[in-house]
Amino acid sequence: MDTPAAPTPPLLQLDDVQMHFPVREGLFLRSTRSCRAVDGVSLQLRAGETLGLVGESGCGKSTLGKCIVRLHQPTAGRILFEGTDLAALGQAALKPWRRHLQMVFQDPVESLNARHTVGEIVAEPFVIHGEGDARERRERVLGLLDKVGLPAAAADRYPFEFSGGQRQRIGIARALALRPRLLVCDEPVSALDVSIQSQVLNLLLELQRELGLSYLFIAHNLAVVKHVSDRIAIMYLGRIVELAPADALYAAPRHPYTRALLSAIPRPDPRGTRERIVLQGDVPSPINPPSGCPFHPRCPHATDRCRVEAPALRPAPGHPDHTVSCHLDL
Amino acid sequence: MDAPAANDVILSVRDLVTTFDTDAGRLTAVDGVSFDVRRGRTLGIVGESGCGKSVTALSIMRLLPQPMGQIRGGRILFEGRDLANLPPAELHRIRGGRIGMIFQEPMTALNPVQPIGRQLSEVFLLHRTKDPAEAWRRGTEMLRKVGIPAPEVRMHEYPHQLSGGMRQRVVIAMALACEPAVVIADEPTTALDVTIQAQILELMQALQRDLGLAVVLITHDLGVIAETCDDVIVMYAGRVAEAGPVEAIFDRPAHPYTRGLLDSIPRLEGTRKSRLRVIEGMVPGLRDLPAGCRFQNRCPHRVDRCATAPALEAVGPGHETACHRWRELPPR
Repeated sequence: MDTPAAPTPPLLQLDDVQMHFPVREGLFLRSTRSCRAVDGVSLQLRAGETLGLVGESGCGKSTLGKCIVRLHQPTAGRILFEGTDLAALGQAALKPWRRHLQMVFQDPVESLNARHTVGEIVAEPFVIHGEGDARERRERVLGLLDKVGLPAAAADRYPFEFSGGQRQRIGIARALALRPRLLVCDEPVSALDVSIQSQVLNLLLELQRELGLSYLFIAHNLAVVKHVSDRIAIMYLGRIVELAPADALYAAPRHPYTRALLSAIPRPDPRGTRERIVLQGDVPSPINPPSGCPFHPRCPHATDRCRVEAPALRPAPGHPDHTVSCHLDL
Repeated sequence: MDAPAANDVILSVRDLVTTFDTDAGRLTAVDGVSFDVRRGRTLGIVGESGCGKSVTALSIMRLLPQPMGQIRGGRILFEGRDLANLPPAELHRIRGGRIGMIFQEPMTALNPVQPIGRQLSEVFLLHRTKDPAEAWRRGTEMLRKVGIPAPEVRMHEYPHQLSGGMRQRVVIAMALACEPAVVIADEPTTALDVTIQAQILELMQALQRDLGLAVVLITHDLGVIAETCDDVIVMYAGRVAEAGPVEAIFDRPAHPYTRGLLDSIPRLEGTRKSRLRVIEGMVPGLRDLPAGCRFQNRCPHRVDRCATAPALEAVGPGHETACHRWRELPPR
């Protein structure tokens, strides 16, 4: 963060990534329309950095995360990881790259195979990538469990024997097995109780410092995202509407959606006096997105121009690292 | 809690004990919980999974899963009657009539194969009128009141045709249909996005002002508690750890668990990437609760005395806590 114009290329660069899903309907289930879940996202992630990705349900943040680790094949655009376009690679060519990009999922219950022991779950990446013999794998599994704060005895037990927070630690241990450079964390703490959330957030911060990891941290809770992120991207209907250093985004949000989002978060302060901006209406459907700026039907400042012309993501005047897509200079 | 005006108390829960019979034996989910709900005010019940907050709500409504869940002790006093011992026929009149309910997931609270209008009119037909046309008209009016655009059209639609926020508005409309005295809302906004949550909380507060409702709001979100509640109960492992006015709980939390919760949440104005304070360990299961104070195995202030259960002690006006050491704790 302290070195804004670093000469090294970014670890990850997205160029106009799109993910459109066909909507099959009618008598012959022909695909007539498409759901534009991710609709032209460009951003960069630097080595060792955490980029927070915030948005409400259906905004495409999880789909974007899955495109990056190639659980989805994006419809268009480039996903450059250290200069190599992963979106252009086939499954076989992709395999050696997969180790560098791993994912931590929201629901630690559903993402762990209930029939495997924790040791088998964490060792699976070694098996898939043919690393080490049985004894070596066991050793590395125990090392990983120790790193995420679980006892060695956990290796021989099953996921159901663990609490939600512990299961999320197991998921993190598995994601770390192949020493990735980038972790895509999709709502990693939103299923956890408050007192357990902070334990897992601390673990993620420690691991980042120790291993130099980069995170794409996807979540809807802005307070959590701000705590772990260096920069934050706000997503709405498949597009980034604002991207800025975390403190700047919080102190001086420029997009009307960001402002509404920030003001809508209930603060743990019974004497809070801030003005709540209550947006009207619901998020429109990505199957039939509005014309012009995707936010204009809910925007309190919308003008005629907003209804016809989609704004591009541009740096705010005088703030090269604070980009916003809005026609109005609020 | 002290009673400033006893006649303001609409619902009074005294020493509620609720158990579940499971393969592992009888588990006590709620163990001696007491509180008062006052007219026009919102009482928040906050706690983590398994603390007994939802079971408390289900006990009040007598909607515990049968036959496992049973109220084993205590009284639930509402309009001169003890709901804990009321026959089912009388309960039917109160539920949905004098006491409304709002649940977390509107999709499970609504019947997916019936139009909204039919479900909403049913409430009026059960409690208010015999005339279907009149019930339909009042249902439409109720949808308008909770801010649903074109209610005449929406009445004919099915739940799946509405968004999550709109569905929760329908559930609120049903809960408020018969102008209840109390509404019990169990995580009413947890399944919703923040901008929609803001709409729903705003709506609930406006309706409460207009109708003078008492609200019991159950949530795990301390932010929602701070912004909407007048009084708060902090529950831990089936017992009340601390109770009091919302300002007292947030400004001068007396129980180590309340303090731990408030300290561990990331705040927008906090220092980024700093180490968050944590509550070590995890909530004990109902099967292996420690004797004495239930928070002791996670408490940084534990002493030998904590092996005996602490009673609730007055900390300030209307503010009480169940901790042996609250006087000795360092200031926050």
